[in-house]
Amino acid sequence: MVCLPRNQGSKYTGNGVYYNMEITNYVGIDIGSTCSKTIVMDGDGTIRHRLLRPTGWSSVDTASSIREELKELGVLPGSCRVVSTGYGRAAVPYADKNVTEITCHAKGACHIFGTDHLTVIDIGGQDTKLIVVQGGQVTDFLMNDKCSAGTGRFLEVMANTLSMRLEELCELAGKGGGVSISSMCTVFAESEVIGLIGKGEKRENIAYAVVHSIVQKVASQAGRLKLDQTVCLTGGLCELPYLREQLGKALKCHVVSSPDGRYAGAAGAALSALKSS
Amino acid sequence: MADYRQMWQELGMDMENHDNLCQVLPTAVGDVFLSQENRPKAMDFWDLVISEVHGIRPAELIEEQKKGRKVFGTFCVYVPDEVVIAANGIVTGLCGGSQFWVPDGEKVLPKSTCPLVKASVGARLGRTCPFFRIADMYVGETTCDGKKKAYEILGEDVPMYVMDVPQMKREKDILKWKDEIAEFAKKVEEFTGNAITPEKLAEAIHLVNEKRKAMQRVYDCRKSKCLPISGRDTLLMTQISFFDDPARCAQMCNRLADELEQRIKDGVSVVSEDTKRILVTGTPLAVPNWKLHNIIETSGAAVVCEEMCTGTRYFENLVDESQTTLDGQFMALSERYMKTNCACFTPNTGRIDDLLRLAKEYQVDGVIDCSLKFCCLYDTEKYSVSRALKEAGIPVLSLETDYEDADAGQLRTRIGAFIEMLG
Repeated sequence: MVCLPRNQGSKYTGNGVYYNMEITNYVGIDIGSTCSKTIVMDGDGTIRHRLLRPTGWSSVDTASSIREELKELGVLPGSCRVVSTGYGRAAVPYADKNVTEITCHAKGACHIFGTDHLTVIDIGGQDTKLIVVQGGQVTDFLMNDKCSAGTGRFLEVMANTLSMRLEELCELAGKGGGVSISSMCTVFAESEVIGLIGKGEKRENIAYAVVHSIVQKVASQAGRLKLDQTVCLTGGLCELPYLREQLGKALKCHVVSSPDGRYAGAAGAALSALKSS
Repeated sequence: MADYRQMWQELGMDMENHDNLCQVLPTAVGDVFLSQENRPKAMDFWDLVISEVHGIRPAELIEEQKKGRKVFGTFCVYVPDEVVIAANGIVTGLCGGSQFWVPDGEKVLPKSTCPLVKASVGARLGRTCPFFRIADMYVGETTCDGKKKAYEILGEDVPMYVMDVPQMKREKDILKWKDEIAEFAKKVEEFTGNAITPEKLAEAIHLVNEKRKAMQRVYDCRKSKCLPISGRDTLLMTQISFFDDPARCAQMCNRLADELEQRIKDGVSVVSEDTKRILVTGTPLAVPNWKLHNIIETSGAAVVCEEMCTGTRYFENLVDESQTTLDGQFMALSERYMKTNCACFTPNTGRIDDLLRLAKEYQVDGVIDCSLKFCCLYDTEKYSVSRALKEAGIPVLSLETDYEDADAGQLRTRIGAFIEMLG
């Protein structure tokens, strides 16, 4: 599938190739380590479709499933431009362009939160990104090192250990206190949690320790960056109010969020498609 | 390729394991170097050397040893080659730059040691590098704790001499380094059986200065907006210069510089004009560590300068050639070497001055400050480096990595995002 942006009066030439079409859809695909997010925008930057699916074990299969979904929606095959991002960005053969998730998250967050000056905290499945945006441009960013401390995966593993869903874990954490986890490594921290369970520690206190461990990790990273502007939380954990509140407390600022926060990368990719057409 | 198997066998190498190393190198060279377009023709010399890196030069060294010359293996740009050359000795670099040697190093060193130290020790103890077998004496220095302790272990297997590098740069430290150089000279005289005279030392100083000037000429060409050579190719040139005969090195670098200067006149560039220009700084990139340059240059940017030991720190600043006594020459050597700005000194503000100057000279768009894992010194210095560069309006990306490929994807994302950020 090749979609070439051209003028009006297009014609289907077979083999899935369109020439001289007016582009009507701008597609951003964010293949994350855990979840794949897709956004379809029209020429005005209005979000028309949001698709979400687990990435599973194959980015290539996920990309082709997304293509099927886009076909069902009538977006493909047609007059569109596709930009892929995320760690599986190279696994989308029908993308016209790859852009890194740092740039996409920044652009997407500006769009979603309606400002060109903001600091993005994206807690993803395998990494946490902190991005400073000024005038709509990335001016600085940090990513956690390759271990999973301070990432969504950390919370996921701990929630599993405690036999809870992520949302439950975060809600329960609000009722706990007085316990902390000192290990940065997810595997060691899991042993620590198992130790706490063994000692008969209350679940809410363990949940509190888990959430605060991730908050502290993110806050210490953010200490090196500019925070005197809008700070927003994106990524899969954006809709956990307790986490957002605690991040705000640790960073001494108000952290905003939006249900579209998890789509920030995909929205940024769609905007990148829109801009480059 | 010529057959060097007998030579390797005679060096007591682990043939089976060494074969594994020899198998991967051609692919790496092909992927990183030969795949590039429009390379300078003069790179043919370094292509040949790297294609037979464990053959050509080791065979030359062995020939010289047969004539009675001694080979000194070194690990740091602070060790003065001039002293060895004045006693008719030969210097060869010994830093390990491949993950291949790390497991053998980890047999005796903690895992939390920097990969360069682990690879260097592993290359010796695993008997899988001819240079580490050939060197008659190793010359170490006290530039980091990991190395200091590693030298104690290497010293059980090979004659080892350690120079005590000062930790500060006061007048008395420069005098102290001069004394260290004088003492090293005595050791070299004793080990080679050759006296170091002021005439011989003057010749050696001139020889090494000429090599430095030739390397600087190549680097000067990278200052041009019309970029006549890739960062990968220049890095290879610099890496090989640690192993090569200094006179031939100067000759080949001058030959390359001739071609690059002509390219600039003719407007021949290896990249398009809007390609972002990156200065790389941090810990050294020993052969065959091409990971960082390869990722940067296949992500749409070009490396135009290296502020590192395998870069400007190796050849910037010349030794005063006007001294006629050994005492004066040792002082001149000390003064030149003490201008090299390594993170093992405190304070090390000279490195920041260098970075700001080089960023301007080489017209860079951004700086990538990368240290090897577990290098506490360079890792800590990232804080002041990035603050100073940001204050000067120069974007900077701080990275930490090792010799493994496991983090290549993450590095590609960070470097890609940094290049996108440059606009």
